[in-house]
Amino acid sequence: MSPIIKNIVRFAVMLSIQVFVLSKIPPLHQFVVPYFYFAFILWLPFRIGRTALLFIGLATGMLTDMFFKTPGLHTAACLLIAYVRPFLVNLLLPKEATDWGNEEPSKKTMGAVPYTTYLVVLTLLHHFYLILLEWMQFGSFLYFFGKLIATSLVSLLLILITDLFLNRKSKLR
Amino acid sequence: MRNVFLFLKRYSVFIFFLVMQGVALSMLFSYNRFHQTAYGMFSNEVAGKLNKRVNRVEVFFTLSEQNESLREQNARLLSYLPSGSLYADTAFRLVTDTSSIDSLTSYRQFQYFSAKVISNSVFLQQNIIVLQRGRDQGVEPNMAVLGTDGLMGTVIGVSNNMSTVMSLLHRQSKVIAVLKKGSGLGEVSWDGKDPRFLILTKIPKTIEVKKGDTVVTSPYSDKFPPGMPIGYVEKVDQDQETNTYKLKIRTAVDFYTVQHAYVVKNLLQQEMDQLKSTLIKE
Repeated sequence: MSPIIKNIVRFAVMLSIQVFVLSKIPPLHQFVVPYFYFAFILWLPFRIGRTALLFIGLATGMLTDMFFKTPGLHTAACLLIAYVRPFLVNLLLPKEATDWGNEEPSKKTMGAVPYTTYLVVLTLLHHFYLILLEWMQFGSFLYFFGKLIATSLVSLLLILITDLFLNRKSKLR
Repeated sequence: MRNVFLFLKRYSVFIFFLVMQGVALSMLFSYNRFHQTAYGMFSNEVAGKLNKRVNRVEVFFTLSEQNESLREQNARLLSYLPSGSLYADTAFRLVTDTSSIDSLTSYRQFQYFSAKVISNSVFLQQNIIVLQRGRDQGVEPNMAVLGTDGLMGTVIGVSNNMSTVMSLLHRQSKVIAVLKKGSGLGEVSWDGKDPRFLILTKIPKTIEVKKGDTVVTSPYSDKFPPGMPIGYVEKVDQDQETNTYKLKIRTAVDFYTVQHAYVVKNLLQQEMDQLKSTLIKE
């Protein structure tokens, strides 16, 4: 399958899961509202340039906002991780990231420790910004902090499980 | 000048990022004005269509709860039927009616439209309900929305076939409420924590409040029909700073499973608005 179609399908599936499954189940606790759709941006191929990545982040965020009826909230957070992603990849990978071609970030292409760091940092960043914006509109600090920690943990767990399921075949190391 | 262009070229991605962030944040913080414009309309229709399909499946999971709540409502309404009550016998004494106006006829103030809920959330900070009934079917912004058990929210956005409702579980939602016992004028809002509970403030401490008291819509509102249940007092807190209570109330409507709603149109709204506008002019 061509990488473009593959990524479009992946995006549709991930957004559907976010909107129609994760948002429908009763929350475990008031702090736990798992977000999962943004992992789409984390799993895009290395080759994509910085501007293109920003545009993809913009589209991802705006589509998500349409379903959540929160214009701008998810767009802002997605743009942030789309902007930071190339810097983080360059930091964690010894080689120039553009040389990897169509490969995607995964345990195999990046190695277990850099890949986990990559996931944790970007997830925390996304959640921090998202929940901070929510908190700026209303809410208390304790709520902000508790929600950040609890939601990040659950989201990371979801992303790692999905990663095991997807079993993306990439052999470079 | 050349340096300026070099700078722009070098940091073009960063500048683009900043501009897009600015757009996103301005959209976010001007939400109230924005939601009625083109983007809101578009997202309403597109996301609404998809939600409608998914909802067809979802409806089956809550069917028994829905049936039960509709049955209860039917029973309540049946008890209002004239055949259920007797009239006092007034025929044993002859009275001449001297009133020149027929005071027995009634006229209707509120009209109810039924609507299907096609999308709902409880876990966000600004929970919005989407109804499958829009401008073409007589819905206008600022109408009240009731569930089968009580108040649900207010219509804030309308497209041709769908409307968005600010649920009671919305951080900007404020509803004037009274205790059903007949006293105290308070304000119901949501603290964004637990979707099962709302907060009722501004009830003075001179009134005795017990757990289980019913909170209903006030008779002074021009959009909510009076006496509609909003919730039941769950916990009574004394607000130390003021002379009022801070009451935690359990919602009358179960927002987790809500599937049917009624949109309420106030038929006297126009007349009332006119009256108010003449007051302002003078």
